[in-house]
Amino acid sequence: MERGSSEMIDTIRDSVRDFIVENFLFGDAAHAPADDESLIENDIVDSTGILELVAFIEESFGFSVADADIVPANLDTLDRIAAFVAGRTSAAAA
Amino acid sequence: MRMECFLTDNARRLGGKTALVAGGRRLTYAELDALSDRLAAGLAACGVRRDDRVLVFADNSWEAAVAIYAALKAGAAFSPINPSTKADKLAYIVGNCRPAAIVTQARLAAVAAEARAIAGAEGMTIVSTEARGGAAPDGTVSFSRLLATDAAPPAHGGIDVDLGMLIYTSGSTGRPKGVMMTHRNMDAASHSITTLLENREDDVIVSVLPLAFNYGLYQLLMAIRVGATLVLEKSFAFPQAVFERMREEGATGFPLVPTMSAMMLQMRDLAPGFLPSLRYITNTAATLPPTHIAQLRALFPQAKIYSMYGLTECKRCTCLPPEELDRRPGSVGIAIPNTEVFVVDDEGRPAAAGTAGELVVRGPHVMQGYWGDPEATAQALRPGFHPWEKVLYTGDLFRADEDGFLYFIARKDDIIKTRGEKVAPREVEAVLHAHPGIADAVVFGVADAILGHAVAAMVVAADPALTERDVIRHCAARLEDYMVPKSVEFRAELPKTDTGKVSRRLAAETVEPAQ
Repeated sequence: MERGSSEMIDTIRDSVRDFIVENFLFGDAAHAPADDESLIENDIVDSTGILELVAFIEESFGFSVADADIVPANLDTLDRIAAFVAGRTSAAAA
Repeated sequence: MRMECFLTDNARRLGGKTALVAGGRRLTYAELDALSDRLAAGLAACGVRRDDRVLVFADNSWEAAVAIYAALKAGAAFSPINPSTKADKLAYIVGNCRPAAIVTQARLAAVAAEARAIAGAEGMTIVSTEARGGAAPDGTVSFSRLLATDAAPPAHGGIDVDLGMLIYTSGSTGRPKGVMMTHRNMDAASHSITTLLENREDDVIVSVLPLAFNYGLYQLLMAIRVGATLVLEKSFAFPQAVFERMREEGATGFPLVPTMSAMMLQMRDLAPGFLPSLRYITNTAATLPPTHIAQLRALFPQAKIYSMYGLTECKRCTCLPPEELDRRPGSVGIAIPNTEVFVVDDEGRPAAAGTAGELVVRGPHVMQGYWGDPEATAQALRPGFHPWEKVLYTGDLFRADEDGFLYFIARKDDIIKTRGEKVAPREVEAVLHAHPGIADAVVFGVADAILGHAVAAMVVAADPALTERDVIRHCAARLEDYMVPKSVEFRAELPKTDTGKVSRRLAAETVEPAQ
């Protein structure tokens, strides 16, 4: 699958990090997750939080996330989310 | 029978069979038995004795399951603690039950250490798993080192009327209460439920419910009791990943809370019959709305759906026979085997069919009381129908239909049920009142499609710059995740009754018009 440019990935990752800090850490940027840190293992996002995260991704990046894509391989770290979103948006643009 | 004997007996009978799958590890009955034997010996070497308490403060993991059985094999009672518990609350629990040890994981060891310092409980040993690729945190005893203990568990001499578990539940006073359960209580409850569900050795139960939550904990106790396999998942955050695991393992049992079925309702691509091995689904914590029942039926046409009701103080009290689901979809059924339930009026007399009253429970599964709290115990356990017994007053309002099937109406107190967990508004209000920018606050529940009820706060700010986010962050640092308010409204004053008392009911009505 075609992946987005590294610049694009950085932009996506920053925007998702901002969303997580704002909505799950209530603005506490000091505890923002590292890019490769599991959001679930570290209790940053809980079960219903993933639904909010998916809604944010769909709204911000303009594509619909299939149930089958809501898996840890795509959404459990900032790096994975950025790669997943970049893959989808560049695939759509191609 | 003592609960650890089910493990020991099944290890002898079914040694090579898979008992537990968790965190990437598969343990046979023989392995789970041997690991808990060694950890029990290790705990004894750390000073854990018969009748002591051992806290288990961990995510769903094989280590937590081993720790639970190890505590019992050391003659102690275990107390499962929600892993999102913060240091202040944990310190209260430590101060309340004075545990000899706490078994935790590297990520949470600092919280345990802070709680120990706040409670002044220097004698409490902290046993911790290793951080990834590293050592156990400073000041803790290594979990793996204890697992290497080359000794048999102590001959503690305990019997089944000894305390097996202390499980903390929200109290309307705002202070958690430790529900005391003997081995015999847990034996009775697990026997009753496994009988009802017709659990068998070839069952594979997949549970995402926390072991720190009664309903999740019993998945372990019941699976081990019948010689079945338990697959523990850490959460339901990724339903597809859980379903994939269920397919791989051939899941036959799937315990749910309504929040999980609400999440499944939002999924678009689930195909009916996608988990053909599933034999049964259980639901408890709150009644399943009819739309959820319809969807579960469509998705799992071959599975029986058991709608249940219970409370920590007796584990489980009622269950609706699956064949009654169509006729009485809103009912939580009748008493589980070898127990009785009654709806009583304010004088404690049986209420007529259709009349609301408090649910009273009688049976061998009823708790012994609250740890160190005779007043709360006397409130919950009251004289029964015979001079020699006590029965459990649940604090829940129910009505029964003409055939004796029960319907939950509401709590008698202000306890909020969210995501299947109980939240005491006072506990949240106490945290809000501790914020210097808050002059006054009231906490209440508002109906929510996913959570059942969402925790909401209404606040009078002393600091005009205070924002909703500030308030939520303050709470998130001090309360378990599920207790943190989802919304905060600022008001010049709080709604009060005619007598001038702040009213949670009126506050809720201003946010959510009364129906």
